[in-house]
Amino acid sequence: MDKKYGVYICTGCGIGDALVMEDLCAVPEEEGFSVKTHPFLCGAEGLELLKKDIADDGVNTLMIAACSRRVNYDVFKFEGCIVDRVNLREQVVWSHPRSEFPALTEDQKDDGESFDRLQMLAEDYLKMSMAKLEKIDLPEPYKVETLSRKIMVIGGGITGISAALDAAKAGYEVTIVEKESSLGGYAAKMRKQLPNEDPYENLIPPVIESKIKELEGYDNITVKTETIVARLAGEPGDFIVTLKKPGEKIEFDVPFPLPEEMKFDENGKELDVEDQHKRYLEYNEGKLDILQFDPDGEKFGAVVLAAGWRPDQPEGDEFAHLGFGELPDVITNCQFEEIAAKGKVTRPSDGKEAKSVAFIQSPGKGDDDADFKYCGSVTSLVALKQAKYVREDYDDSKAYIFYQHMRTPGLTENFYKSIQQDEGIFLTKGDVISVSTNGDGMILEADNTLLGEKVKVIADLVVLATGMVPVTVDDPVVNMAYRQGPSFREIGLFDGFCDSNYICFPYETQRTGIYAAGGIRRSMTMEESMEDATGAALKAIQCIESVNRGVSVHPRSGDMTFPDFFFQRCTQCKRCTEECPFGALDDDEKGTPKPNPSRCRRCGTCMGACPERIIGFADFNIDSVGSMVKAIGVPSEDDYYEPPFRIVGFVCENDAMPALDIAGLNRLVYSADVRLIPIRCLGSMNVIWIKDALAQGLDGAFLLGCNHGDDYQCHFIKGSELSEIRVQKIGEALSSLALEEERVAQFQVAIDEYDKIPKMINDFVEQVEALGPNPFKGF
Amino acid sequence: MTEDKTAPANGSILVVGGGISGLTTALEAAEVGYEVFLVEKNPYLGGRVAQLNQYFPKLCPPSCGLEINFRRIKDNPKITVLTQGEVEKIEGTPGSYDVTVALSPRLVNANCTACNDCVEACPVERDNEYNFNMDKTKAIYRPFEMAFPMRYAIDAAACKGSECGECAKVCKYDAIDLDMAAQTQNLKVGAVVWATGWEPYDAAKIDNLGFGQYPNVITNMMMERLAAPNGPTKGKITRPSDDKEPASVAFVQCAGSRDENYLPYCSYICCMASLKQATYIREQYPDAKVYIFYIDVRAPGQRYEKFYQKIKEDENVILIKGKVAEVSEDTATGNITVVAENAVTGEKVSQAVEMAVLATGMQPTAANAKLPADLTYNEDGFIINDFEKGGMFAAGCANKPSDVVTSNQNATGMALKAIQTLVRK
Repeated sequence: MDKKYGVYICTGCGIGDALVMEDLCAVPEEEGFSVKTHPFLCGAEGLELLKKDIADDGVNTLMIAACSRRVNYDVFKFEGCIVDRVNLREQVVWSHPRSEFPALTEDQKDDGESFDRLQMLAEDYLKMSMAKLEKIDLPEPYKVETLSRKIMVIGGGITGISAALDAAKAGYEVTIVEKESSLGGYAAKMRKQLPNEDPYENLIPPVIESKIKELEGYDNITVKTETIVARLAGEPGDFIVTLKKPGEKIEFDVPFPLPEEMKFDENGKELDVEDQHKRYLEYNEGKLDILQFDPDGEKFGAVVLAAGWRPDQPEGDEFAHLGFGELPDVITNCQFEEIAAKGKVTRPSDGKEAKSVAFIQSPGKGDDDADFKYCGSVTSLVALKQAKYVREDYDDSKAYIFYQHMRTPGLTENFYKSIQQDEGIFLTKGDVISVSTNGDGMILEADNTLLGEKVKVIADLVVLATGMVPVTVDDPVVNMAYRQGPSFREIGLFDGFCDSNYICFPYETQRTGIYAAGGIRRSMTMEESMEDATGAALKAIQCIESVNRGVSVHPRSGDMTFPDFFFQRCTQCKRCTEECPFGALDDDEKGTPKPNPSRCRRCGTCMGACPERIIGFADFNIDSVGSMVKAIGVPSEDDYYEPPFRIVGFVCENDAMPALDIAGLNRLVYSADVRLIPIRCLGSMNVIWIKDALAQGLDGAFLLGCNHGDDYQCHFIKGSELSEIRVQKIGEALSSLALEEERVAQFQVAIDEYDKIPKMINDFVEQVEALGPNPFKGF
Repeated sequence: MTEDKTAPANGSILVVGGGISGLTTALEAAEVGYEVFLVEKNPYLGGRVAQLNQYFPKLCPPSCGLEINFRRIKDNPKITVLTQGEVEKIEGTPGSYDVTVALSPRLVNANCTACNDCVEACPVERDNEYNFNMDKTKAIYRPFEMAFPMRYAIDAAACKGSECGECAKVCKYDAIDLDMAAQTQNLKVGAVVWATGWEPYDAAKIDNLGFGQYPNVITNMMMERLAAPNGPTKGKITRPSDDKEPASVAFVQCAGSRDENYLPYCSYICCMASLKQATYIREQYPDAKVYIFYIDVRAPGQRYEKFYQKIKEDENVILIKGKVAEVSEDTATGNITVVAENAVTGEKVSQAVEMAVLATGMQPTAANAKLPADLTYNEDGFIINDFEKGGMFAAGCANKPSDVVTSNQNATGMALKAIQTLVRK
């Protein structure tokens, strides 16, 4: 595109009052840019001015120096034009009042000692924007060659079937892949299901049968039983899937990463890369590399992972005090369900009627009031349901439920209340201390109950409310042919559940196009699983349609850019492949990355990681940001007797930048010697920018990004964490230049901590000032 | 080559309510490619979560996710946002509805640059509902710092109108239109998602817990505002009677919930909310004691259980299993005494604290104001979804009490249910 530039400066909202407009306009004018000012650029007249220039003069590259890009986003949007917003309002005049940053008096203007910090700030931002505009382009969308709109659902239980039906009803083709010989999963193994509407009294027959029947009505649903995924290759919109029978060994079985212990020799020394690769090949003998696509593979656009759960099987003497493993009539809730589904409730030991059944919700050791592992409200509800079975089966039966916390949240409380009405069901908080034999039956002892300090109950059967383990704990299931590994997610936060770490975005996934639902994500009731399935189906459809338009999915929804690689200069260091939070890149045997743009979420982590600086986006690249840094004026002693310091801040545009805006909105004041550059995520921060900044005489550089750790807030998982590691490494490089490490720092800030940002910035400025000016200044 | 087997994205969806559920439904549908109208009765989007200081269990600010969602709206031409709008009438059948939306005048037009000059000029104050009336704003106000849309609004009930007109005089951008008239807008949509959300249960109705009687008895939603950096106390938790830093705080769980006299159901979020609020207090006041009186601690699932176990480790957080029967005030000190029966020991517990927080529950908005549509409700005012019939669906807390994660799951799914209606048409 032939760029025709236009610079438009708004003088409203206090900008014109605080800044010397003539001098400001002179900055782009000196570079040959046409400059226009308007007192109300976002108003009808101002806008007319812009539109006229676009229409009549062919202006297609615009700098709008006015307010933050968070506002008037719809006003300053022009089809086919590159627009850069310079934030003179929130970031310049509102956060740097003239009362603190006074304008120069007539006498000061040419005295060689005085300078106008605020004016310098505004002028630098204009220079930075000009530099950026020269380096960016309009994006063109990436399109996969052949788009498949088919959805693969892994798992044919209640969740998978629901997801399939919901996607099919929206017109999409679906294939259900189920490893067992029939559909239904655990939902088909139950006697009854929880009620889900008023009056919440009676258990209802399982809905699974009718759901399976409903599948028959959809000719766009294919069911493949006794089938599992051998490998899933490719990218959203163009996944290539090899299916196989369980137990089969085929060459398209996905290779697994080398287990940690195999990376070391017999002396415990880590093997070098080549030896590790050799072992990796041995370990995966008979399996083709991930980049070998199966010519007979089936194409899919997106995947719903609904492979479900298995009952937690207590191990060893984990619950010896409860008699589990020792007494035959102490069983888990799943075993109980199996018995109850077959007929009346009986004891496994001798098949006798179990008329007195005790349900234990929490294993209760010491002060521990936690439920069994992998539990949720489901296990509380299941205990109530199963108590009801006991009551259904025998008129003179009794059920006892010992809990620490009856967890029946929301409307499920209504079911709990109906159970409380049954005089044959005894509910109490209590620490179960022991279960032992008592003649023909068992005796259960509990402390601290609501019925008295110590309670003994005679039971025919004791049922432990053990939890639901996501099957991904045992097996990757999706078997992705991704260089980062075959598993859905491995961040170690959720005990193997494929859950999202975002409260606001429950379907956020680190594997674009693959959405987990149901028991694999969290312990859920059937009703919750069905609802979850609908959400996951929507996300799968949305991903396909986004790929079709060549745009990113959440959180950079609609972004048309994607990373472009200049492969000639790639040194095969693999850092981009390793650091990508979404596993978008697969390197070949030489280490050259293969980008899979529709897996990509456009965060730029690869660009930040690349030491050769060969990765960039149309509107955001090493050169565009680097040029902004270079455009920052660095006054030296040649200019002023005591030149001001210059510090650059790279700021996460998702959270920290809005927080800075709010600081401006609240007229909070911070140093005017700092120049801020928004970046997509701190993960996209390439250290070359910091090195260059210091080499050109800037006195310091800082990064402002999201909190990291287990409760990370980074929208791209690890951006701020990765940049912190990079910053630590920079320290060494700095010492070799005889520059202090303290000139570079990173700060974590949440979006609502706007009130803390000024101090963060000012303290850093002070710290840098204490070190004195950068010795490279002026060279 | 594209194999195009799907119905094109035609037909549009109306989402009523711009809280987190409504935002989610609207965005998820629009990002598939459908046209969406999002109608919100407040002058800003975000609903209840915009009033929260942090989310449990991550203790992260809701404005973080809201900001991303607002950006998604800004970048998506498929979404039309109508603030200060309420659905007046809906006629039609699944696939084809005629909707009338009543729009209250904002009295501030699109020229507003949010420069704040008007606020300085405005002579009238009003109670700030956003902060549960714990402070005041001018009659012309910015709902809150991160509000979307970022435009000021005038509270017509408080504003003295054109006889005053001080704001209009100082506005450089001709953004104030005190004669702006109410409008109606007609929409044709194929499906409707009701994400009308919830109201905090009116604590004044609970006669034994002292709310409204004793100033130092507050609700959990008020606590959110007190702890929020943009709240009435700039994030410093102090008690209302004398702005004292509370050395002890009691949380009264199930204040109105799980009680046939008030809300028979469990409100889902209050246990986790109180555990979370205990961290607010403990962080600000390292010596403060927190007493939580509960029936059951409902912290279900791996993440919530982990959070609960972490809070339990704090020696200054004391959990007592017992329902609070009585709350009284020492008039001299303003301190509050909470009386409960310890359910396990049977002892009567009487705990004096400097401030008490009622963990009030959620009541569906539709419980107090029925919606102008053919919907089925349960006894408590939650909308029951009829997927067979289709066309109209309830999402989030309009459908059932739930936390943000569950609401958003549900709201994402309802986007698909709405799309199904359009495809079936």
